[in-house]
Amino acid sequence: MADVLQQVVSGIASGGVYALLALALVLIYRSTGVVNFAQGEMAMFSTFICWELLDRGVPYWVAFFLTLAISFVGGVLIERLVIHVVSRAQALTVVTVTIGLLILLNGAAAWIWKGEQRTLENPFPSRTFDVGGVVIAAQDIGIIAVSLAVVAVLWVFFQKTRVGLAARAAALNPESSRLHGVRVSWMLALGWGLAAVLGAVAGILVAPTQGSFDQNFMLPILIFAFAAAVLGGLDSPIGAVVGGVAVGIALNLIGTYIDFFSDLRLPAALLLILLILLLRPNGLFGRQIARRV
Amino acid sequence: MPVPLLELEGVEARYGAIRALHGITIQVGEREVVSVLGANGAGKTTTLRAISGTVRRSGGLRFDGKPLPRAPEAVARLGIAHVPEGRGTFAELTVDENLQLGAFVRRDRTGYERDYEEVLAQFPWIGERRHQQAGTLSGGEQQMLALARAFIGRPRLILVDEPSLGLAPLIVQQLFDVLRSWIDEHGMSALVVEQNANVALEHSERAYVLEVGRVAVEGSADELRGNETVRKSYLGY
Amino acid sequence: MTALRYALRAAGLALFVAVVVYVPFRISDFRSSEFALIGIYFIAILGLNILTGYTGAISLGHGAFMAIGAYTTAILVADHGMRDLWTIAIAGLVAAAAGTAFGLPALRLSGPYLALATFGIAVATPIVIKKFDGFTGGSGGINLFEAEGITGLPEFVVTLPGGHQLSFNDWLYYLTWTIALVLFVVAWGIHHSRLGRSLRAIRDNELAAAASGVWLASHKTLAFTLSAFYAGVAGALLAISAFSVQPGAFPVERSIALVVGLAVGGLGSLAPLVAGAAFLVFLPQWAQDISKAPGVPSVIYGVVLILLMMVLPMGVGGLLRRIGSPLTSRLYRRS
Repeated sequence: MADVLQQVVSGIASGGVYALLALALVLIYRSTGVVNFAQGEMAMFSTFICWELLDRGVPYWVAFFLTLAISFVGGVLIERLVIHVVSRAQALTVVTVTIGLLILLNGAAAWIWKGEQRTLENPFPSRTFDVGGVVIAAQDIGIIAVSLAVVAVLWVFFQKTRVGLAARAAALNPESSRLHGVRVSWMLALGWGLAAVLGAVAGILVAPTQGSFDQNFMLPILIFAFAAAVLGGLDSPIGAVVGGVAVGIALNLIGTYIDFFSDLRLPAALLLILLILLLRPNGLFGRQIARRV
Repeated sequence: MPVPLLELEGVEARYGAIRALHGITIQVGEREVVSVLGANGAGKTTTLRAISGTVRRSGGLRFDGKPLPRAPEAVARLGIAHVPEGRGTFAELTVDENLQLGAFVRRDRTGYERDYEEVLAQFPWIGERRHQQAGTLSGGEQQMLALARAFIGRPRLILVDEPSLGLAPLIVQQLFDVLRSWIDEHGMSALVVEQNANVALEHSERAYVLEVGRVAVEGSADELRGNETVRKSYLGY
Repeated sequence: MTALRYALRAAGLALFVAVVVYVPFRISDFRSSEFALIGIYFIAILGLNILTGYTGAISLGHGAFMAIGAYTTAILVADHGMRDLWTIAIAGLVAAAAGTAFGLPALRLSGPYLALATFGIAVATPIVIKKFDGFTGGSGGINLFEAEGITGLPEFVVTLPGGHQLSFNDWLYYLTWTIALVLFVVAWGIHHSRLGRSLRAIRDNELAAAASGVWLASHKTLAFTLSAFYAGVAGALLAISAFSVQPGAFPVERSIALVVGLAVGGLGSLAPLVAGAAFLVFLPQWAQDISKAPGVPSVIYGVVLILLMMVLPMGVGGLLRRIGSPLTSRLYRRS
């Protein structure tokens, strides 16, 4: 039993990372209607930027927040310079642009950082706590704490501030928002900036747990985050968090306890999600857009 | 003659290839309610959209003597509030959040509190339903909310599109009374598009009658109401 | 369609065929194999166009249907001694069956939800192939070099009257392009058939189409089936051209490449999709020619793709339509 709990706790920690990235996907989907396939690579690039800052002797938390700021600007620029231009085009075109972005960022990271394995400093101590027989790593607690903090800050921003309200309104009803003086296109850019920040946090949290990383480390995580976002409902932030944690826990349990599936972890998780989607085509918390006929 | 608050001169507008306005010339002064009347498709809604910038238009549009910007956000920030047909309710947000959005254009916190009180006085039900999702309100309530949203931004000019649409006569009267109080007490002006000419003329100082994208008749409300030919040909009663 | 339009189309097709026949005579042997690959991608993209063009569904998993077609051919040729050419149609049918099986439940999903489902298939495919290795040869795949059913062999040489020599790559080229042209005509035929009209009606206005009596579910599943058939044929040809199949030949990237090829070629076009296929084959090479430093080819590829989509959001086909319409509208009398 303690074993299972242990797996659950560390599943929650990895789930926290998936939740952050899934939230980024949801944020962009809700505001611009785009599925940003490049979200993982944006997060990867941010992680490399953090590494670069740390490598040059910048103290950890300074580098952390500086990376977030740079990522925010990067997200805004991408939206303004690229996404905005194709925002009126058909879905296929926009998807292809994000794919192009994915390829571009991956290549750029390989080019700048020479494709070598790097290690990112771990801000959390490597000790463990024994809670009633369950061994919990300080790192996992740290990841969960940071994830919660980020989600909380975001929640406060959107629910309690004037700009946050305007951003929500711009996503829900852009026409009416304009009539109230909201610069809708800048709200969209804000969404991309915030999503980039979420991705950066996810990348910086997860990179130390993998020992070393290179420009491909976020690809599998993006897949899990995508699955989590869809599971929760692509237009539901709550869904993203719940979905992320669920995927994290499920992957851990499947990997540990079902031996046949251990190298089939990914397809097994996806199959599970597919089955859930058949029952709830808009995800667990997604809005049902009425379709009769 | 003081410069009118709003001036449209030879304004044209199109939806894609279809021209909806063929040269509209109207004026709205300070502290007055002006109605825009006419049959379906005459271009009434398009006129309001041309002002707020939600449709492509050309020609002379001046607010306070200065040319109107093209972007709807900029027009709103100048102090022109547009209550569109369809009401523009933010259905997923609460009533309170809707009002806060209405006040987005203004900067003063204390002024907002005061005006919020006034809105509550005029629409008491808002106080009871502040946390209700706006999409669950009835049509009349959404219309009132839309007007309150416009008012609470303290605009100088309110554009209202078909306030009476789908509403009971009693509510319509209430809406127009509230509008009138804003004009009188807060020095606003209003440009009201209406199908129901009778009600509109009752509450306006002046009116324009549009036909096929042009101004066919204009004059004071009394003149138009008194003119039987105009009433029969253009206003349907 | 008026007689004039038919005549123009027929002339266009004849020109297309003529160019296809003539090309190997002007290009090197290596290029023939590249153009054969373009033909294969063209087939797969034609299929994807049927799905996305008529139902709007973006599939990130059509590489899986290619894999199914490829493995069908490989298994039939290696384990059952069948002649490779006959397996092509069978491979298409098997893939089509898989497409139907997937299409039925997929109908309930829309937009990004469907995209994830198809993506899941693409991701799972190489893993599943490796897992069921008794059947599929596992990570090593299946080798076709020794098989008796293989028609074209690397040593293949035919000398034509006039002295020109056709090599194995040329044989491959003609095989793939013959099939591609046939399937191209079929796609065109579908578009102008009653089926095509129903599909277009659904695409343009689902509600109205349903109200007019068009069965949405069956038509959408059919679109899936047809597109999977095309992908399966493409996969079979891939197996024949490579003399082998491995799970590594069908990574997620292949599925994504098909989507990119469709976007570049132009959704809703037919012949311009060749441009999309050519993009997939030539651009990576061209990028590598510019620089082989790690990551730089990807940067070039990504930048070109993004710029292309910004400038030509409807792809090459869209551009041609924009240029062509003022020209052709003068040729056609308006009714």
